[in-house]
Amino acid sequence: MKDTLTETPATTDTAKIAVRGLQVHYADTHAVRDVDVDIPDKAVTALIGPSGCGKSTFLRCLNRMNDTIPAARVTGEVRIDGEDIHDPRVDPVQLRAKVGMVFQKPNPFPKSIRDNVAYGPKIHGLTRTRAELDEVVEKSLRRAALWDEVKDRLNAPGTGLSGGQQQRLCIARAIATAPEILLMDEPCSALDPIATAQIEELIDELRNRFAVVIVTHSMQQAARVSQRTAFFHLGRMVEYGDTGELFTNPADPRTESYISGRIG
Amino acid sequence: MSDISCPAPAQSLLKRGDRTARRHAAEARFRACGLGAILIGLAALAVLLASVLTSGLGAFRQSYIHLPIHLSEAELDQSGTRDTEVMKKVTTIGYGKVIDKALAEAVAQAGIAIDGLTDDDISGIISREAAAQVRDMVLSNPDLIGETIDLSVLANGRIDGYLKGRVTAESAALDSNVSPAQLQLADAMMERGLLSLDFNAAFLTAPDASDQRPEAAGLGVAILGSAYMMLIVLALALPIGVAASIYLEEFAPKNRLTDLIEVNIANLAAVPSIVFGILGLAIFINFAGLPQSAPVVGGLVLTLMTLPTIIIATRASLKAVPPSIREAALGLGASRMQAVFHHVLPLAAPGILTGTILGLAQALGETAPLLLIGMVAFVREYPAAPPEGLFDPASALPVQIYNWTQRADPAFVERASGAIIVLLAFLLVMNAAAILLRRRFERRW
Repeated sequence: MKDTLTETPATTDTAKIAVRGLQVHYADTHAVRDVDVDIPDKAVTALIGPSGCGKSTFLRCLNRMNDTIPAARVTGEVRIDGEDIHDPRVDPVQLRAKVGMVFQKPNPFPKSIRDNVAYGPKIHGLTRTRAELDEVVEKSLRRAALWDEVKDRLNAPGTGLSGGQQQRLCIARAIATAPEILLMDEPCSALDPIATAQIEELIDELRNRFAVVIVTHSMQQAARVSQRTAFFHLGRMVEYGDTGELFTNPADPRTESYISGRIG
Repeated sequence: MSDISCPAPAQSLLKRGDRTARRHAAEARFRACGLGAILIGLAALAVLLASVLTSGLGAFRQSYIHLPIHLSEAELDQSGTRDTEVMKKVTTIGYGKVIDKALAEAVAQAGIAIDGLTDDDISGIISREAAAQVRDMVLSNPDLIGETIDLSVLANGRIDGYLKGRVTAESAALDSNVSPAQLQLADAMMERGLLSLDFNAAFLTAPDASDQRPEAAGLGVAILGSAYMMLIVLALALPIGVAASIYLEEFAPKNRLTDLIEVNIANLAAVPSIVFGILGLAIFINFAGLPQSAPVVGGLVLTLMTLPTIIIATRASLKAVPPSIREAALGLGASRMQAVFHHVLPLAAPGILTGTILGLAQALGETAPLLLIGMVAFVREYPAAPPEGLFDPASALPVQIYNWTQRADPAFVERASGAIIVLLAFLLVMNAAAILLRRRFERRW
């Protein structure tokens, strides 16, 4: 049985990420059940749903971060640009350079701001000279709307920044490896409203370059930043569609209950 | 406002209830118990330190006799060739005569006359080690022959004991090794500056000496032996321990086998150290044929003993690194190994270093396993420089202490306590280094 009620089923040709029949088991729990979805390029896709509905787990499938959890078992198909990321020839290390990730809690390395941003390009050998690296660092920090605040103290520790700045640093770090897709796992849940607004503005900018997939607990945030929204409930993707459509005219009664605050 | 009537409180806050009073009393009792426990501990430490210091500090001062000694050619180099091979034929007995003569002259010149003082009494206040000292000096520099040089030679252990208050006129009367007349001579020589208590650098540099010469016994060989062993432990236990911990913590699958390994490592940390000694004897000496009393065997045994400590400390500090750091690195496309070596290990380093130094300190003070592999032997030769020296016989600090406490002469009690002070000083330095390293490298995240 399929729960997808995509009004506009995107074909695999236009979708950046195409997911078919995805299942995730953690030891005894069936965390993600039979999800089919097509995620478009150059747009923000929001994943909403009550706690424990499997949206974060789903997100972590997209760059195979679940591989790092021994108890997790993932089956089904995830295609990025038409290539199955579970193909034995795919190296997760290479995949994660293409699919960047920003986590719920800002987690800069306890190193300088420059080293934080430069780490990805360094390990992937993206730059050859020090000048090139500096350029990447500056470009990434500018794109993350952090350059003006930190340009005078690039050697200061990244952990000394405020929470919102740390999260933007993490975004700069993620985009420094020149990914094509950016995954964000509740990037604003640890931040105050002003920092949240800055990050949301930034996400809106990022959509011009990347396919952004964001997990959020805040329906207002989903409505503000995303073009497409998927609603997850009990491990299933209940509804997926244009954000405006989903919030004003949900097709599934469970979606309606959730966005009107009756479940979750 | 004041005329607003309030209802009387059901339970006044101004009056303390019975239950509250009992709870406070219980807390006060517990705090008194805790304070008492700490005071008992501190008192025990104070008693220990006081007893070690009072009986051991004397070892750092030694009685020396200051004499002008004429190194006569007729006595020491009859051939006149200054050839050390020929000169070696003159034994310490020959040098002893030269020193005795110099002392007799110095005493006569100072105008010291004491009833019942024989020539043997006079020469008896010099340590038998003194002749060997002078002989070594002359053999290393034959040009000294024929000259008169001012030398400080060791006084006999009993005279040294008299200067430190261990030997008195009453005890000397009952002692066949020293006579009351010799003590009077010592007094007279002290007045004239011929005999004095000086800082005893030889205690830290000289090798051990025989039962009859406590005044010459030093820790040189033991310190060297201990240092060699610590080098081996550091060079082997740190890389093996850290590699094992990283593998177990970051790479190994969590299954029955790794659980079993984990339990075994925890158990190994609790195995009595003498068991490691037996293991070392069976494997390194009997099976592998390594020499007895050698620092290499001691170091290997202590490595086995220290490994579990280092592994446990390293795993604990790896576990303490927040998983978000690993996720951040992996999310950027770092490999498992890059995540560990670039991010996790630097954050765990202070804990690893602290654990390693504490493990080393434990190994430095370990005695039992060394007794079993023959490091208790009487060694007077310094081991050579590493790496060959690792196979030479040597002693170790704790074993030297054990050794000296077994000897009859009370002067060795002082030496043993002095050696304990040296060992404690080394441990203190190592623990301080652990704390400093921790402070220096600790980073917040």
